[in-house]
Amino acid sequence: MNRPLDEDRVATLKAPVAEPENPSAPRLMTLNMGPQHPSTHGVLRIMLELEGETIRKAQPDIGFLHTGIEKECEQKTWQQAVTLTDRVDYLANLSNNLVYALAVEKLLQIEIPPRAQWTRVMMAELSRLNSHLVWLGTHALDIGAMSVFFYCFREREDILRIFEMFSGQRMMTSYIRIGGLALEPPRGWQTAVGKFIRAFPSKVDEYEDLLNSNPIWKRRTQGVGFISLEDMLDLGVTGPMIRGAGLKWDIRKSEPYSSYEKFDFEVPVHTENDVYSRYRVRLEEMRQSARIIRQALEGMPEGAWHADAPKVVLPDREKMKTQMEALIYHFKIVTEGFRVPAGEVYQCVEAPRGEIGYYIVSDGTSKPYRIHMRTPSFANVQALPVLLKDTLIADSIAALGSVDFVLGDTDR
Amino acid sequence: MSHHAILEEQQAFGEKTLIVEPKHIVDLCRHLKAEEKFVRLSAVTAVDWHPATPRFEVIYHLHSIERNQRLRLKARLDDGQPAIDSVCEVWRGADWYEREVFDMFGIRFRNHPNLQRILMPIDWEGHPLRKDYPVHGYKYSYPSE
Repeated sequence: MNRPLDEDRVATLKAPVAEPENPSAPRLMTLNMGPQHPSTHGVLRIMLELEGETIRKAQPDIGFLHTGIEKECEQKTWQQAVTLTDRVDYLANLSNNLVYALAVEKLLQIEIPPRAQWTRVMMAELSRLNSHLVWLGTHALDIGAMSVFFYCFREREDILRIFEMFSGQRMMTSYIRIGGLALEPPRGWQTAVGKFIRAFPSKVDEYEDLLNSNPIWKRRTQGVGFISLEDMLDLGVTGPMIRGAGLKWDIRKSEPYSSYEKFDFEVPVHTENDVYSRYRVRLEEMRQSARIIRQALEGMPEGAWHADAPKVVLPDREKMKTQMEALIYHFKIVTEGFRVPAGEVYQCVEAPRGEIGYYIVSDGTSKPYRIHMRTPSFANVQALPVLLKDTLIADSIAALGSVDFVLGDTDR
Repeated sequence: MSHHAILEEQQAFGEKTLIVEPKHIVDLCRHLKAEEKFVRLSAVTAVDWHPATPRFEVIYHLHSIERNQRLRLKARLDDGQPAIDSVCEVWRGADWYEREVFDMFGIRFRNHPNLQRILMPIDWEGHPLRKDYPVHGYKYSYPSE
């Protein structure tokens, strides 16, 4: 098939410039890792150039999970796009729901009642626990500590049951909507969350018993996977990676959203800047998340679970049967959606993996004009060449695991 | 904040936006990083305002941890051969973001170390996030099958 080459194709097909031959240079072997490799946790391909067992150059190749979510969002109404934000990162779906809802609410300038805000915080922290549990289980499994995986998935199952109780879905919850929540918190949720959160701190003790002073774990993780803080800031790395290098920066504290300023919690920091310190940071974050959830449970305010914005939030079923206005609003929202005033906002939240920032542009219609998702995994994966340089190939598995990326989040 | 590249300053929803002269973008970014402590580049992206002119906006989200501030830079580019200087030499993290903008919008970044497609296959034609790029339809036909 002879298709004319347009200029862009010529640019992209242009071969990289070959480096001049140097007879004294060591011979490098190129090894292709992935796209289907169990320790890449998704579909990531890394081209490794090896000198013996040492990685001299690593080049990640992403895009295998690109599904065009940003383009798809432009075709949906504002409310429909919530379901697409779930699918960006399957482990931090509620953080993605939250940042999208906060951004659109900023454009709409609607006030969210305290009960909805606190429920959002509680759900976002549960999803942080979910994400960190999956990370810990699979990361330990990569390094060879198999039993941790079973312990972590035992607790994760409890969290997924709570999600199902709230939203009817275990993973793609779409529970946080523009203007509030998808549903009123179910009857008896306090019992379910309370039971889980009272037991959880002792479960974290169990993981620490298994790993903290385990000599194999320590030798596989301590002093492995160093990347300097300057490099990380320059490359846009965020989240536990950066807190494992001693920088105390957490968006929940520095730019509080959804009433995080009312909660009492610490930002754990470690300075060793290796795989072990990232592990310690994440485990302490789990304890802090449990503290936040406990505070949300005990101090949950009374009141409405959605904003008083009839043009944005779907009316109650009962009202629709008796009130003309409620029926009209329902019809309008379902058939054409609501309009969002023209403007642009950037909203960021602290997700389990780092900074999620949504840049949303509205042109005043009932569909988003442009949504850019600044996902933490994209920037974190970008740092892999620096992180993996001059490490042993066996250590690269530990180093990759400590970054905790989700490839759906990278490729969108 | 004053610099010869800043054309206009806007404030909305508590966020500050600077409309900047595209040809001085590197100069301005270097100044902001060194003098104004914007050590982090959060993201680079673009918006296509087809069929309006100028058609493209390249957006830079800057962040200063020390000052706890965010700043948005906006450079407007015309249709045709949209191109702007790469800020990779200021923040290495711009690399993938600029590749993504090139991939999705077809905006060239001059002096970029490796301006290739990043999310789409390397021999893809067209730029999916442009507004005149169709959402539906098949890319290839398979006459021999």
